[in-house]
Amino acid sequence: MPHPLERRVIFQHIDEPGYSPDLACYLRQGGYAVLRKSVQRPPAELIDEVKRSGLRGRGGAGFLCGLKWNLVDRKSGKPIYLIVNADESEPGTFKDRYIIHQDPHQLIEGIMISCYANNVKQAYIYIRGEFPHGARILETAIAEARAANFVGPNICGGAYSCEIYVHRGAGAYICGEETGLIESLEGKRPYPRIKPPFFPAVLGLYQCPTIVNNVETLCHVKHIADIGGGAYAGIGTPNNTGTRLIGVSGHVQRPGYFEFESGKITLGRLLHEVCGGPLPGRKFKAIIPGGSSSKILRCDERFKIKQKDGTVLDWGYEDIPLDFDSFAACGTMGGSGGVIVMDDRVNLVEALGNLNAFYAHESCGQCTPCREGSLWMKKITARMVHGEARVEDGELLKNVADQIAGRTVCPFGEACSWPTQSFVQKFGDEFKAYAETKRQPRPVDALTLV
Amino acid sequence: MNLKPETLQRIDEVITHYPVKRSAVLPLLHLVQEEQGYISREAIEWIAAKLELQPINVYEVVTFYPMFRQHPVGRRHIKVCRTLSCALNGGYRTCEEFEKEFATQRGAISPDGEVTIEFVECLASCGSGPAVMIDDDLHEKVDCAKARALAAQIKAEAAARTK
Amino acid sequence: MTQPAQTDLITVTIDGREIAVPKGTNMIEAARLLGIDIPHYCYHPKLSVAGNCRMCLVEMGMLAFDPATKQPVMDPASGKQKVNWMPKPVIACFTNAAPGLHIRTNTPLVRECREGVMEFLLINHPLDCPICDQAGECKLQEQATAYGRGYSRFIEQKNVKPKRTLLGPRVMLDDERCVLCSRCIRFSKEVAKDDVLGFVDRGSYSTLTCYPGRRLENNYSLNTVDICPVGALTSVDFRFKMRVWFLKQTPSIDTESSVGVNTTVWSREGVIYRITPRRNDAVNDTWMPDSGRELYKQVRAENRLTAALAAGQSATLDAALAAAAELLKSAASAVAVVGSGRSSVDEQFLTRKLAAALKAPAWIVGRAGEGDGILLSTDRNPNTRGALVTGLIKALPGPQLGELAAAIDAGKVTTVLAVNEDLAAAGLTAAQLAKVRVIYLGTHANATSAAAQVVLPALTVFEKSGAFINQQFRLQKFVTAVPGPAGVSDDLATLARLLVAVGGPKLGETATTLWPALAAEIPALASVSFAGIPDEGLPLDSKPWAGLRFGEGASLHFQPAAAT
Repeated sequence: MPHPLERRVIFQHIDEPGYSPDLACYLRQGGYAVLRKSVQRPPAELIDEVKRSGLRGRGGAGFLCGLKWNLVDRKSGKPIYLIVNADESEPGTFKDRYIIHQDPHQLIEGIMISCYANNVKQAYIYIRGEFPHGARILETAIAEARAANFVGPNICGGAYSCEIYVHRGAGAYICGEETGLIESLEGKRPYPRIKPPFFPAVLGLYQCPTIVNNVETLCHVKHIADIGGGAYAGIGTPNNTGTRLIGVSGHVQRPGYFEFESGKITLGRLLHEVCGGPLPGRKFKAIIPGGSSSKILRCDERFKIKQKDGTVLDWGYEDIPLDFDSFAACGTMGGSGGVIVMDDRVNLVEALGNLNAFYAHESCGQCTPCREGSLWMKKITARMVHGEARVEDGELLKNVADQIAGRTVCPFGEACSWPTQSFVQKFGDEFKAYAETKRQPRPVDALTLV
Repeated sequence: MNLKPETLQRIDEVITHYPVKRSAVLPLLHLVQEEQGYISREAIEWIAAKLELQPINVYEVVTFYPMFRQHPVGRRHIKVCRTLSCALNGGYRTCEEFEKEFATQRGAISPDGEVTIEFVECLASCGSGPAVMIDDDLHEKVDCAKARALAAQIKAEAAARTK
Repeated sequence: MTQPAQTDLITVTIDGREIAVPKGTNMIEAARLLGIDIPHYCYHPKLSVAGNCRMCLVEMGMLAFDPATKQPVMDPASGKQKVNWMPKPVIACFTNAAPGLHIRTNTPLVRECREGVMEFLLINHPLDCPICDQAGECKLQEQATAYGRGYSRFIEQKNVKPKRTLLGPRVMLDDERCVLCSRCIRFSKEVAKDDVLGFVDRGSYSTLTCYPGRRLENNYSLNTVDICPVGALTSVDFRFKMRVWFLKQTPSIDTESSVGVNTTVWSREGVIYRITPRRNDAVNDTWMPDSGRELYKQVRAENRLTAALAAGQSATLDAALAAAAELLKSAASAVAVVGSGRSSVDEQFLTRKLAAALKAPAWIVGRAGEGDGILLSTDRNPNTRGALVTGLIKALPGPQLGELAAAIDAGKVTTVLAVNEDLAAAGLTAAQLAKVRVIYLGTHANATSAAAQVVLPALTVFEKSGAFINQQFRLQKFVTAVPGPAGVSDDLATLARLLVAVGGPKLGETATTLWPALAAEIPALASVSFAGIPDEGLPLDSKPWAGLRFGEGASLHFQPAAAT
């Protein structure tokens, strides 16, 4: 059952008893009515609705969807592609999985409306390789939708035609980066492209204009087309419109996935009311609020938020509203909505060691700073945990991270640096003391993280 | 290359999904691995020829993606999520439990040939960790007890098969 | 004089200095024009841009304009238009000239970026510099000195990768030294069209490899060694033979075909150690065939001719020349001259003069091979066009000396002067050779030298100076890299003295002294002096020979004239 604080739009039918991923079920719930309605409207009108909605991309960067669509080169004479980024792989993020597995037609309807609005004739769903069932479910759903004339030639009996194919990845986080994804879809090593000049909106898939949208984002498009951009903008808060899918993992009583109006509840209510607070006898220590790349928050730190009127708000983590701008104001990001909670059993050196191993494993290796820096950071934290830790290692780690961020081909440079930079900045003492920590007997409840 | 007719048919079909043949590298690798269990040198060269590429173009891709294997694995492939959310809930212990159950180590085929156990990175099931995939199936909240139960099930299936 | 159109020039500002560059020029090249070094590894002017090494990060800014009024925003302090600097550095190699573009290459941020990249490149590098054959021409060493931090903070285990992998017959790979710049991969794909190299695995474990079962054995494989900025790829032939800083570099020309690839000959104390390509954007870019790199071995070949012979006896050069002149003069008008498309323009000129003085017909030997569409053409003589321009021949040569053979059979020719050509290889039978008296000027022993009454030893292209005219009618010079064998005189001197000995005019015995005569007599070479031939060559007017059907197909910078 959804929590009373939730407002379920995208997740309306997730885990609903009796709801199944087949077309018949979707049609019983009024499915594809919005698509039918939308293909009667001029495409530009739909783009305007999305612009009016203020929808921000749900993949992590929070880029305005309407603006993204606006940047598409429509004069090149080349086909325009839409790619659905279903490569959900930011650690801590697990929202698209449920849409794909339980409500695939909602996604397909959102894709078709978006394709129609942008005059796209070919869409690809790039789904991570670790979702084999998800890929099959989507393929079945597309086949059903095609048979019912919602996908393929002359959809809903009109002149518009558009095909969707599912393309499976094979275990690479970098394919979540849109240009890495495009290279992967082209059958190459997924080395991200250099921007400029290779902005997907102009030189994307096969050097044609391309839109890459996250699964959740496209589902929102369906609801925007349904209720109108203006009405959608009334959900959530200005500049952070609509609802937001949030996943909570780690050390809370009731982890899980939820949907809230953006900015309408705080991190504190999420973790304490919705997720039941810390495990018995434990205290929250640190929170990664928007996927593993977002900068970590200390549970005892204070955030001074300067308001436009000059007043300063004094927030603890529990006061931060769940929206893009509030997290940004606190020096981190809402990112992909994956909240990872760590309690007082966790040593932050070890937690960072875990994440550094992830980033070293996932660095594509194309450009020097990320390739060499991510593995170096992994080696340092691994040595600290399994070998000799030095007092100066924290500083070294941060310095290595500083040499990566902002100097790489793609945002992976930031993604792999921000954890190290923020862990060391906020828990520097723990890094300095780690050599001493190791000399003490290991607590019985210690976790193995690296 | 000895591929089943239905696999060959699917290969020819999937190539039509793309305006550029090279895009079919990943789908073809998946199809070949599904049938043959791993990607052999012969498969790389066959796919390259099929898509009018050089073998190195396919080889570069095969070695980039951890899901493609160049060697056979055990009958069942156990992939334990190693990343933070699962580790916070005991992912490392889960993996060790599987290793103990099958008397093997990560990355190797167990002595009975039944399983290969591996750590993998985030499976996007962080709210129900530790997450484990056994072949294509996801298992959630796999603590040590559940790992033992899953291991027992695999062993039982193996015993039934050899009977 | 009309001014060339300047519309395509764009002014950019680098470290406060303005420079106008053609549209599309990247900032590494623009800075180079100002004498500013922007260090890099992956960037190569003749390959696609990869942008992966991140060594060329610079600060970038654009002139500020008010978004509302579109008017320039002025900086009150300087009185100049304000520059909006971007917070993040950009790679210079992929930043092309644009109006108002500003670049800073020497700020604290840029220096810090370079220090960072240098450190990253070195942490997994073996630092086996003392035994590395790249020493002296290693960008990693040079840039570590110029831009590195100077000390290491890395105390972890380095990655282990394959050592001493033979990628092919001529190229050795040390993966631990590789900085993954992908130059060799791009070269193989884009220039050599032999896509066999690639990266396997990922992240810091990415490893350069050749597809198992394939080999890097195309005829351009050694270019990967040239462009490898570090000691990862080395030449099997050259490695460990000599430290490069001991070597003298001499400009030369690859004699393999009419492409006329520009080369550098590397020698020490009269011994050649290697040949590498010399950049010429109009001919060979920065590339050359592997086969041309082997040619220095002919210098010290076993069958090298090092002394003059007369009537089977070793003789002084004077005596041999006198014997040759005697033979030629006594043959009255039954002499034939066989010149060579491998001789220099100057030698061909003297050969023509000799034929004229002897009233003898002259041929050269055509030499056809397969064209590879890159830097080897079907005409395997480096200087067929020289023979045309100097008037040694009028028509394109065939591969066999059929007319000469017929003349010998008919008894019309009794004496042959062969310059740098083996008559047997050009189709004369042993019987025909036995019927004539032969004077042979050549570098190596062969059937012709064995049959010759007089043998005059000659120099290889590496031991003399001269010029060739390539398929583009581009006059290109080569210079003496190493001295010839003791007692072997320069070919020009030998030919000039023989000319005088048979009653011809006295002409210069060196390229420098001979060229005034060429310039005076040959319209295409009017006003050309040997010293005045620029390093990149001198295009000649080819119109007089437009009617000939040259056989070469398209290659790197050559398109055959459209068939009319």
